[in-house]
This record gives sequence, structure tokens and C-alpha cells, in this order.
Amino acid sequence: MDVELQLTVENLLARYVHALDDDRLEDWPGFFSEKGRYRITTAENYERGLPLSIIYADSRAMLADRVSALRHANIYEAQRYRHTVSSTLVERVGASTARATSNFQAVRIMHTGESMLFASGRYLDRIRLNAKAPCFEEKIVVIDSRSVDTLLAIPL
Amino acid sequence: MSAASESRAWPAEGVTRVPYWVYQDEDIYAREQERIYRGATWNFLGLEAELPDPGDFKTTFVGEMPVVVSRDLQGALRCFENRCAHRGALLCLKGSGNTKEITCIYHNWTYDLEGNLTGVAFRRGVRGLGGMPADARPESEAPRKLRVATFCGLMFATLSEATPSIEQYVGPEVAAKIRRVMKEPVKLLGGYSQALPSNWKLYFENVKDTYHASLLHLFFSTFRLNRLEQKGGVIVGGEGGSHVSFTMMKTDLAGDEYERAGMRSVSGGYRLEAPQMLESVDEFGDGVTLQILTVFPGFVLQQIMNCLAVRQVLPKGVAGTELVWTAFGYVSDDERMTELRLKQSNLVGPAGYISLEDGAATGFVQRGVAGASARASVVEMGGRGVESNESRVTETSVRGLWQQYRRHMGL
Repeated sequence: MDVELQLTVENLLARYVHALDDDRLEDWPGFFSEKGRYRITTAENYERGLPLSIIYADSRAMLADRVSALRHANIYEAQRYRHTVSSTLVERVGASTARATSNFQAVRIMHTGESMLFASGRYLDRIRLNAKAPCFEEKIVVIDSRSVDTLLAIPL
Repeated sequence: MSAASESRAWPAEGVTRVPYWVYQDEDIYAREQERIYRGATWNFLGLEAELPDPGDFKTTFVGEMPVVVSRDLQGALRCFENRCAHRGALLCLKGSGNTKEITCIYHNWTYDLEGNLTGVAFRRGVRGLGGMPADARPESEAPRKLRVATFCGLMFATLSEATPSIEQYVGPEVAAKIRRVMKEPVKLLGGYSQALPSNWKLYFENVKDTYHASLLHLFFSTFRLNRLEQKGGVIVGGEGGSHVSFTMMKTDLAGDEYERAGMRSVSGGYRLEAPQMLESVDEFGDGVTLQILTVFPGFVLQQIMNCLAVRQVLPKGVAGTELVWTAFGYVSDDERMTELRLKQSNLVGPAGYISLEDGAATGFVQRGVAGASARASVVEMGGRGVESNESRVTETSVRGLWQQYRRHMGL
């Protein structure tokens, strides 16, 4: 096993979920390459080869728009996530690219105190291994359930 | 009905007042199942495109009643209760699939794709012992069959013989607007569900409420997708519970009604870094950029620019609703068009830029009225009647919903 690669990827994933859970949404687009793709879909759509996403972006600019909409446009009750990422399998696919598959769970904590398992699923990532900082070229969030409770505001 | 709900009398004002017990009362909920979902209404089942081949089936609900929808081996669409004649178990556990017959897993009773009981395991016993009496008629408890109507590739079902044809049910103007969107064979793009923490009627009102659209949803207003001063209108159809509202974009670029009124929903400095998502194609050739259409009690057809979807509104208890979204394009779409539809799907669904708030807003009402079942909401925007209107600063289609609802419920 390439221990250094494994640690590099796990560190990227850890920094990614801490940024979301700490409400540093402005940092979120920076985890992607300029033409980075991000989408959230359901396991059902993914397995049936249906292309619909719950969130779909194909550039860092689209991710930035998502953040500014959440900050300035969309109305939703105050809430946070607590992500747990585990069981990360990493595979090198070239000198500067790796693929990773991880499990994740996100607990959603509402301002009212209600806490629930909001989403579980897989991260299917393609990662560019830059000299300075690795980033996602593609991140597909495949949620296990076809159903989302109330709304999905903060990205997963 | 309990004594408590017999005392439920609708406010004297009529459809301009909606009593909050209507979203809270268990007896009212039970009566809705009987008189609305199992009564003379057309319930949306899904797109025909979900069942293209003989033997295809899906499971869904008519109100709370589980049903199987199938394309039989002759190619006809069928709908029947998902309940075994024997002990009432679900016949079909899968969400969808293809099969020649359906077998109840409990005692292996079998059914054809029309819902007919075709086999009872060990009906004549084993080696002369056991089995059913010769005159037993288990078919008497067979799953009920629903009438199926398809209209422009949309599937509806009703248990009642009294339900008029689907076109008559929605009225000619709403029917024409269904034809407008369902103009050619469709291609499924995918789906998902949203669990809403509110009574089904709060969501159905929300979809019909043209007044809220540009006030709650800032994304709309800022990018002039649906400004009330834009050209558009509301058409109320059928018994009142079906409607269509529409907007023609890019007709008001000088409009400043919102800015002058100082509404929260206008934010001057907000700009998209990647506005390409909103570059839509006028594929209907009529300039209408947004059309929202409903059919009582639980169907929504949506065209938001090039983002097309159907939504099925399913009651899940007094304070819960499942909203089933299915997005589609046309078989004739090229790759670029599909990509545009997929990008614009960011506008809708549980994370939709212009629908995200709806999931929460209806829940705010459910929570807000918890201690006020004897009070009522005020529905007087645009007058007190139920009629089509050129303005969308109106609640006419919300009043239309209550008109049809009260008629079915005898309230």
C-alpha cells in the first residue's frame, strides 16, 4: 500500500468535512479544481444510470454560486452537519491522479436541538495530486436513500 | 367520525378562511382517505415512460393505499391494490421491475399483471389432506382494481366509477397546458423524494400559491425569473382544485416594484459567477419560461425554463408528506439539451435554488398553528372568488383547492 498517498487522500477528506462542519462554506470551492465537478445523487439514480443530481456543478464558479445563494438568497433554519468519513480505498491512476471511495455519514443538528442521521452514502472521488495541495477533479456524493428530509442546504 | 370532528364546521367566510384543524385532525385525515383518495378523484401514478415494456411494474400509493401499476402482457396499463386476497400482505415489495406474474411471499398466492388471483398454494391440499373447502371463494377479497387513465404519457388512477374523464376533470384550459409540456415522447432523467414535515394540503397550497413565489424565493426575484410585474397569469380548472400558473420572462427589465416596496426578497448586489445555467431555450415557442400546473389532489407538472419534472404529493400521516420528484426530458433531446436540463435541475428538489424554502415553509405553518386549531388562515389576495386571473398577486388557485376539497369532504 502507498501509505503516503493514503494519508494524503484521507487528509484532504478530513480537511474537506471540517470546512463544511465548521461553517467555512467559502473555503469549500477551493477544494476543487477550476473545472471540478461536484454532484449529489441517490444510489437508485446512480445504479440505474440516470443522470439526475440533487446538486450539480461543473466548475468552481458554480460551487461559489451555491455558497453565495446559501449565504444571501436561500432561506432555511440554522443548522450544522457533523460528518464522519471512513473506509477510504485509494487507487493511483496516473502520476498525478488518484481515485478514492469512502463511506460517510452526516448528522444534521438543528438550532432547535434536534439531531438526526441526515445522510449516509459514498464519496466517489477523483483527486488531482498537486505538488502543493491535492484537490478534487470530481466528487460524486451517492446518498444511500432516495429520500431527503425537508431540505438539503449545506453541501455534503 | 368522532364527536369532536362532527363539530368541525367550516368558517362562515367560506374559501377565504382555512381552519387550522384541517391540517391537524386525525378524523379529517381518515375522511380524506375515503372521500378524496378512494373517492371520485384522479390520482397521479407516474409517467408511462417508467413502464415501457409488457411485464414492467412499479409500486406506489393512492393516498395511503399501496398500489401496483403494471403494463400487462398485452401492453395495457393496470393498477390494483398492493394487498394479497389472503391475509392482506403486500404483494409486491420492489419499487419497480419486470415480471410475468406476482407472487405474495407470505403463502405463495399468485396474481397476473391485471391483479387477478391466479393461484392459491395447496388449494386442494396435499395428498387429500388439508386445503380449502371446494366452495371457498378467496377471490371475493381480491385486491381492488382501479380505473387507469393516461393523458399525454401521464398515468392516473381512480377507484370510483363516478370520476369523469381526466380531460373533463381538469378542464380544457389545464388540459391544453398539460399537452403543451407533454408534447412528445419523454425520457426519464431520474428522481428522488423529499420528506416534508407538514400536512399534504400545506404543500399543495404552496404549489398553487403564486403570491409567495417571488416573495419567499429570492433566487427567482433577483434573476427576474418570476417577478410579479412580469407577464403571466393563473388559470383555475375543473372543480377548482386544478390550476396552471405561468410567467413570461424578460418582459420587465425596467420593473422596480420590488425595489420601491423595499421587499426582503430583492438583493441588489447578488450576481452569479456561472450564469450559463440560466441560459434557457424557448423550446415551446411561446415565451413562457415558467409553468406550474396542479391536478387535485396530488399532481404537479413543472416547467421551469428547460427543467421539466412531475411531482407526486403523497400523504404520510397528519403532519407528513412525501414528495416524489421525477425529472424528464424528451427522447429527441441531444446531449447539450440534456446537460442544460440537468444543470437547471439545480433550481428544484430538496436543494433547489427556488424550491429549497418550500420544504421548510410548509413545516413552519404546521409548527406555527400547533396551538390554534380553532383559528384560520386568511386567503383574500386577489379577492374572494375562484376564477382565472391575469395577476399573480392572487390566491385564487388556493381558494380553488378549498372549493374542490370542501365539496369532496362534505365540509
